[in-house]
Amino acid sequence: MRALNRKLLRDLWRIKTQVLAIAVVVGCGVAIIVMALGTMRSLEETRATYYERYRFADVFAHVKRAPEYLAERIAGIPGVKWAETRVVADVILDVPGMAEPATGRLVSIPEHRRPALNDLTLRRGRLLAPDRPDEVLVDETFAEAHGFRPGDHFFAMINDKKRKLLIVGVALSPEYIYSVGPGVLVPDKRRFGVMWISREALASAFDLEGAFNDISLSLLPSASRPEIIERLDVLLDPYGNTGAYDRDDQVSHAYLSGEMDQLVATATVAPPIFLGVAAFLLHIVVTRLVATEREQIGLLKSFGYGNAAVGWHYLKVVLFVAGLGVVLGFAGGAYLGRLITELYTDLFRLPFLHYRLSLDVFALAALVTLAAAVLGTLNAVWRAVRLPPAEAMVPAPPAVYRRTAVERLEPRGLVGQPTRMILRHIVRWPLRAAMTTLGISLGVAVLVSTLFFFDAIEHLIQTYFHHAQRQDVTVTFTEPSVERVVYEVGRLPGVLAVEPYRAVAVRLRHGPRSERAGISGLEPDAALRRVLDTRLRQAAIPPDGIVLSTKLAELLAAAPGDVLTVEVLEGRRPVRQVPVASLVEEYIGTPAYMDRHALNRLMREGPVVSGAYLQIDGRQEEALYRELKDTPVVAGVALQTVALRTFRETMAETMDIMISFYVMFGGLIALGVMYNSARIALSEHGRELATLRVLGFTRFEALYILLGELGVLTLLALPLGCLIGYGIAWFFAWSFDTDLFRIPMFIERATYGAAVLVVLVAGAASALIVRRRVDRLNLVAVLKTRE
Amino acid sequence: MASAGLSQDRSANERPRGPQGTASGPGRPERRRAFVARGLTKVYGKGEVAVHALRGVDLELFAGELAVLLGPSGSGKSTLVNIMGGLDVPTAGQVFFHDLELTAFDERALTAYRRENVGFVFQFYNLVPSLTARENVALITDIARNPLAPEEALGLVGLAERLDHFPAELSGGEQQRVAVARAIAKKPEVLLCDEPTGALDSKTGVLVLEAIERVNRELGTTTAMITHNAAIAEMADRVISLADGRIAGVRENATKRPARELAW
Ligand SMILES: Nc1ncnc2c1ncn2[C@@H]1O[C@H](COP(=O)(O)OP(=O)(O)O)[C@@H](O)[C@H]1O
Ligand SMILES: [Mg+2]
Repeated sequence: MRALNRKLLRDLWRIKTQVLAIAVVVGCGVAIIVMALGTMRSLEETRATYYERYRFADVFAHVKRAPEYLAERIAGIPGVKWAETRVVADVILDVPGMAEPATGRLVSIPEHRRPALNDLTLRRGRLLAPDRPDEVLVDETFAEAHGFRPGDHFFAMINDKKRKLLIVGVALSPEYIYSVGPGVLVPDKRRFGVMWISREALASAFDLEGAFNDISLSLLPSASRPEIIERLDVLLDPYGNTGAYDRDDQVSHAYLSGEMDQLVATATVAPPIFLGVAAFLLHIVVTRLVATEREQIGLLKSFGYGNAAVGWHYLKVVLFVAGLGVVLGFAGGAYLGRLITELYTDLFRLPFLHYRLSLDVFALAALVTLAAAVLGTLNAVWRAVRLPPAEAMVPAPPAVYRRTAVERLEPRGLVGQPTRMILRHIVRWPLRAAMTTLGISLGVAVLVSTLFFFDAIEHLIQTYFHHAQRQDVTVTFTEPSVERVVYEVGRLPGVLAVEPYRAVAVRLRHGPRSERAGISGLEPDAALRRVLDTRLRQAAIPPDGIVLSTKLAELLAAAPGDVLTVEVLEGRRPVRQVPVASLVEEYIGTPAYMDRHALNRLMREGPVVSGAYLQIDGRQEEALYRELKDTPVVAGVALQTVALRTFRETMAETMDIMISFYVMFGGLIALGVMYNSARIALSEHGRELATLRVLGFTRFEALYILLGELGVLTLLALPLGCLIGYGIAWFFAWSFDTDLFRIPMFIERATYGAAVLVVLVAGAASALIVRRRVDRLNLVAVLKTRE
Repeated sequence: MASAGLSQDRSANERPRGPQGTASGPGRPERRRAFVARGLTKVYGKGEVAVHALRGVDLELFAGELAVLLGPSGSGKSTLVNIMGGLDVPTAGQVFFHDLELTAFDERALTAYRRENVGFVFQFYNLVPSLTARENVALITDIARNPLAPEEALGLVGLAERLDHFPAELSGGEQQRVAVARAIAKKPEVLLCDEPTGALDSKTGVLVLEAIERVNRELGTTTAMITHNAAIAEMADRVISLADGRIAGVRENATKRPARELAW
């Protein structure tokens, strides 16, 4: 047996480049499993522990003002474990050293105990001292962005009064793992911060003494969420309830879940591609090995090696290559996992997050890989097992070829013999040709479907920032205000144009379905904040009826013409029937739109507005910001250019690295398939080629015959790969489709071009490597031996 | 390019610029020399393991003759023929093809030389399995200047009936005759055959030899045929014997026996 193992090692060494190429493809698949599932697991476990230890709530609700005694009745709902009331308010901040206004979310904490739900992790400094209404804890992201340390201060516009707040500590909360401001797409560390302040101080500032405007519940494990939410809504509705929701609708939780879903989607789509391609490559290599070693197999068998021993021998080849790939994949996956976890620790604020190398993920990856490899090569190994010893020692008869169908149409003489050879090789092994084509096309597909994200994000930016939301600044008022306020805002320094809007929280019902949503009432002739139809043209907002985003329509199963029940969750809480006028395409959230005047009518209110969109003169922005920070009616200021910048930065941070890896992986698949195909072709046709060289064919002519087949298959693979890539991109877009955001199904032509180019470069590289071998063909040796 | 010069020189009736013939040249002095080899040595490997395949061979081949190279296995026949065919280069010595010094050619020029002037027949046929008999021949005629039609070449070797058969559908003898047709279809000046019947039995071997004989006679192709089978030497104009890397003797057959009469 030891001699046989030595033969094994020598065989492997002889085809070492092929072994490495296959192992790398295996490695990519394994790395993705280890990275995606490992990171997913780390995130999941960390989050679960964090939630449990810091008592993250199960159900959330916001009201305008509810009496404190209601809390006891809420806690009495069967299934509720604990109810914690709070005062929460978004305010404008004036941070020293920053021109733009920031938004602060002030969250109350009890003065004499730890919060019973959504508890804080103190990272630095100390907790609030009793009877110190000016002390706050700030969240770590915001503190880091501004370099805050305990002892620093900033200003907040609290209920019309500018107040100085003193930072005593830096904290984290399970409620704000992903901390994103209102109306913003991605976290802006500088411009949105959560701060915790004493309940008494906040209540007195907002006239909420003996009352609350926010409540969180924890539930017993057996509790039915929908039932509790319904009963909670009934209790809160008289107090300006905007609709209770559970964790699935809690922004931070939902984003984190979305991220995990994406990891799972990645782990579902990518590894099968890589492992499938690797299995195919192993199959052709082992088939070839068995074919060239027929005589040796016969010899072994005639000397008494059993069929099992021979089978095991070739299986060891498979296991070695796959095993090497698994080892490479473990290393690569651990590296990628560490990398992505670092990204996550920046994006998600967790008190601890370690990429843990969990044994079962490794075991799973190894098992799946080895199984795929063995399954893929079973047929080839079986061929070695089945070979009768006598027959094995006679060289294989020349392969039987036939004319191709194409040739029957071809008038003789149009196609030269070399081209004819190429066509017949393809037809002789149609399955292999098809698999090779598929393999190369999967390389293209991986590239297309990952580069797609750049296009999709760019498309999203174009529509969202450049076509739909053309305002520079969005101002939110503390209360619905009379139109006159808008004109006052219009007179602030640097304001070029102003457009008011009305925003109302509602519950929409259609048949048995219902969704919480916000209706934006826009000016019918809006030029800044526009609504786009499914073809990205400005859609008119009809004087009556409601315009739904396609996602919201899907959730409600509503189509234009259907009538919705609109239950307003604020003001006098009217309930109205409103027809769906049309649908618009939106990639972010699930918005709904109405004519502002129609919305005012629906609300049975006068011409009031919730805020305004501004177009400003960039040269005067500092002056404008200064004014806005001190304007009492302003509750929030969103800056579009800053939003776009942070959006781009966040996307660059999170996507660029991963996508570069996938681009590399796609190239490696293509390289692996093409290099192996070229090597197999050389091994099969080496003798023919040497003969042709002896007969006076030039190196180039020989290379043409050798690589022509691969060239033809590559040409077939390119369009197929683009098609498959589109399909995978579509799957990604579909699987990332959530209420929070959707990925536009949009691929630039240049992306297909780039994918094709990468694959062609990989092909050229394979051709160059093989060319060196053609140059070195030993002409004389070939003539001496029988195959 | 060397190839252009080569094909024009073929018909030129000039004396080789190479050194004058010596020992191996027999009677008729006006015979044109196609090949002249001088002091050929070939050493494979180095030092302890060096194998001296040729140890100073001087040789001439005359235009249009059928020469048989006879000698035991390992005597250097293949090495010699491979050097003449431009497949291998000697360690020392010179080879002239007419007035061109092959030993001064680079790889590219040797390829062109083979393409233009040499037909090869190998012991193991070396047909392209994916091409039919006709196409295997066409493979060469496609890149040759003024070749025979593939059908004509296959007719010369008696295979007019099997034009569209793939190698897998032909017997060993038939495959070898396709190989002969392939070698001569471009009307090369030289036909080099390395044990063409080595893998065949006597009866089918004779058919192959008849084909070679006919080509030599009808096209006037200078033919060198390797064999270790003394019976086959009867069909040659001249028999050059090799032993241990040296020319052991050259004899002229007074009467050639037709291949048809041979048996072994
Ligand atoms: N590539 C090679 N490497 C080493 N030795 C070789 C090589 N080719 C031929 N030989 C040796 O050179 C000698 C002559 O070989 P060859 O010309 O093939 O003889 P023949 O054709 O007469 O049987 C033999 O001893 C052979 O072993
Ligand atoms: Mg020999």
